[in-house]
Amino acid sequence: MDNHKELTRLTPEAFANNFAETVPGLTRKAAMEESNRCLYCYDAPCIKACPTSINIPSFIKRIATDNLKGSATAIMDANPVGASCARVCPTEELCEGACVLNDESEPIKIGLLQRYATDWAVQSGQTLFKPGPSNGRKVAIIGGGPAGLSAARELARDGFAVVVFEAKPQAGGLDTYGIVSFRLPQSISLWEVEQVEKLGVEIRTGIRVGVDVTVEELLAEYDAIILAAGMGNVPNLGIEGEQLEGVYDAIEYVEATKSDVPPYPIVGARVAVIGAGNTAIDAATCSVRLGASNVKMVYRRTKDEMTAYDFEYEFAKQEGVEFSWLTAPKRILGDSFGRVTHLECVRMELSNALGKDGRRIPTPIEGSEFLLPVDAVILAIGQKRHHGLIDLLGLEHDRGVVLIDETTRGTSHPRIFAAGDIVFGNGQGEAMVVSAAEQGKQAAYAISRHFASSSFHSNDSVAI
Amino acid sequence: MADLRINLTGIPSPNPFWLASAPPTNTGYQVQRAFEAGWGGAVWKTLGDPIINTSSRFAAVHFNGQRVAGFNNIELITDRPLEVNLKEIYETKKRFPNHAVVVSLMVEPKREKWHEIVKKVEAVGVDGLELNFGCPHGMAERGMGSASGQQPDLVEMQTMWAKEAAQTPVIVKLTPNITDITVVARHAVMGGADAVSLINTINSLAGVDIHTWNTVPHVGGKGAHGGYCGPAVKPIALSMVAECAKDPKVSVPISGIGGISSWQDTVEFMLMGATNVQICTAAMHHGFRIVEEMIDGLNNYLDDKGIAKVTDLIGQTVPKYSTWGELDLNYQVVARINAETCINCNKCHIACEDTSHQCIDRLTDANGKAYLKVREEDCVGCNLCAIVCPVDGVIDMVEVQGTHAPMTWNDRQKALARKNSESSEMEAV
Repeated sequence: MDNHKELTRLTPEAFANNFAETVPGLTRKAAMEESNRCLYCYDAPCIKACPTSINIPSFIKRIATDNLKGSATAIMDANPVGASCARVCPTEELCEGACVLNDESEPIKIGLLQRYATDWAVQSGQTLFKPGPSNGRKVAIIGGGPAGLSAARELARDGFAVVVFEAKPQAGGLDTYGIVSFRLPQSISLWEVEQVEKLGVEIRTGIRVGVDVTVEELLAEYDAIILAAGMGNVPNLGIEGEQLEGVYDAIEYVEATKSDVPPYPIVGARVAVIGAGNTAIDAATCSVRLGASNVKMVYRRTKDEMTAYDFEYEFAKQEGVEFSWLTAPKRILGDSFGRVTHLECVRMELSNALGKDGRRIPTPIEGSEFLLPVDAVILAIGQKRHHGLIDLLGLEHDRGVVLIDETTRGTSHPRIFAAGDIVFGNGQGEAMVVSAAEQGKQAAYAISRHFASSSFHSNDSVAI
Repeated sequence: MADLRINLTGIPSPNPFWLASAPPTNTGYQVQRAFEAGWGGAVWKTLGDPIINTSSRFAAVHFNGQRVAGFNNIELITDRPLEVNLKEIYETKKRFPNHAVVVSLMVEPKREKWHEIVKKVEAVGVDGLELNFGCPHGMAERGMGSASGQQPDLVEMQTMWAKEAAQTPVIVKLTPNITDITVVARHAVMGGADAVSLINTINSLAGVDIHTWNTVPHVGGKGAHGGYCGPAVKPIALSMVAECAKDPKVSVPISGIGGISSWQDTVEFMLMGATNVQICTAAMHHGFRIVEEMIDGLNNYLDDKGIAKVTDLIGQTVPKYSTWGELDLNYQVVARINAETCINCNKCHIACEDTSHQCIDRLTDANGKAYLKVREEDCVGCNLCAIVCPVDGVIDMVEVQGTHAPMTWNDRQKALARKNSESSEMEAV
């Protein structure tokens, strides 16, 4: 079967244009109107709905009274990745969803106001926070994503010497590499990284714990460790043809678009994305913007079971992405050059049996197999866990989800704490950037408390 | 369609909406445009000896993102030659014979000056005169405007001089920059005023630029006080109109001025005793067309209320405007929060808790839903919660049956005095 089309890449100009931020920021007039519309509720529900408890009425009042520095500071104080969150938070499920004006008129555009204030901070080159006086303690943070950066920021403000070990060339984690540029430009995430670095936090990039530095070295050199390594790439589907040219891992696929040059020859391609989570949507919309002629999301369940946010789903539909519900991939077929030509699928139906997650289990309809002609297949069926790293650290876990005490964020090792996606799963934690930020803060506070209570001494006095 | 015609002391106009003497009535072109737009009358920008105006002149106070809550100006009277104004007044009146053309006047406090200008202006066919004893800036430094308006005898005297020469009705425009406006109003009446108009602008400084530290407005880095008007001054104007309306010694019609921006404001001023209203800031903010909505709103209001003519509104609320000593101390209202429509912003709670009587509790119902409830036994009926509530109709101020008969402060003082005199008589016995 030789069905392969010759595909090209976008020009760099078209690529830059297609991946430029989609939603424009508020103008000053719009920001003034919107900020003045805020009721300034007392004990406001939006604050409670924010995982990082940003004092939203206060930051909005500061916008309304021409105090953007104060506004940005209020935001970033509560959320060290508040500029990214202004763009990526599912606000209608959080702050804006809780706004008391929902039924009366329209909720305040909190996300856009937060972006207005933090954009000012980014553009003005302000350094908003100062490190605390040194307390002589050292903390190593594994992973420089939202959780790790937040922990680092809070520890540095409390006087700790902090070193972040980041495997990738730049810190920021998901915000830098995993969220499509047209929603979150990389520069925003890198500004947040820079803000943390300005507090004296050392970020060692390109360092893999367990490869470039051993766990023993970290435990010997640092008083405490925060594990915030997130999750890995997409696991194999376990079907035939996954090694073919034109089969992509959604995480890598999105990451490759966070560059100056168009990464893949997708112009005119027929793309199938397998999965229906937020990463799958990102891979699909990236494909559209990379020039694909047709993008289908292939999902074995229905719209009701998909894990992508509603606003992501709506965005994908607007971008022209098609959805093949109740469709499961069986194998990927290629031509004699090893290039993808077809995805064989089978129709599914939902049985009445419920899975562990409470969702109805899909089962194949016998004999319903069909071939979908495609030029690229993107796998987006979840993320791998960092089993290797977790084992090196010797931490208890449940199928790769590090087990923690959610109040202290302590792991099974007394000097190792954990936050972010590495503790997300099996009913534990939340997968949002904003939750990771809060967990990072809490891990930092737990360490501060431990030292303050002096039940937990510097590693040169206590051997654990 | 209600009858909107009014007649202010012999000056008829098709509706109660007049443009006040101010920048919008500077020229014939403007006044004629205003009449085309629907204004019932106009008081021509003050004539007198031409002056020189500054640049800049206006400033405004914006509030929470809304433009022009208040307006401030340091512009003076007309800066155009008298002959030019008179020619344009003549032409305007000729073109609009049924509209009220009143001319504002301000001259030095000299008898012959008043006679001279009154005669000149009446010669071109005006419907009435308005004596400007109100402008607080510039002219006051030259002994005119509010400088003379603050001296009751000078107001009386000048009114008399104007009346000696006038054939048409004389309206005296009063300054609010005085302790008791009724004193000046009475003297205007004693001087023969056919009507009073109030208020002129209030002494003001619109602001200070916190970056340049200049005044707002400033003229080449220097500022001077101006006159304040616009929506923010409405309550001040309304109370002064009311004071004059209920004063039997101010027995002349009133033309209400001060922050009137809508038909509702107009109804309020008329209920409080004004025969018509004069408007400036609303027109300066939106243009002359704003009168269309005022006329339409007033008309629909009157029709809805079954009121045949707008003049039936005049003074209806005046008998209800009394003194504090006549208020019933045993009258009681309490706040009641409708939990169904409440949006739980908690603004009433924090306002009451921090700044009033700590009687709004934050509670949780059996389903875990938060709600707010007034402890009525502790509520003094201050209205604060209903004022800060952002949703209309959520908080009602409900009248509660008192256990005591109505008693005012004055009643109480009288009763106490009676009791004291009785007991002292008894002691004497």
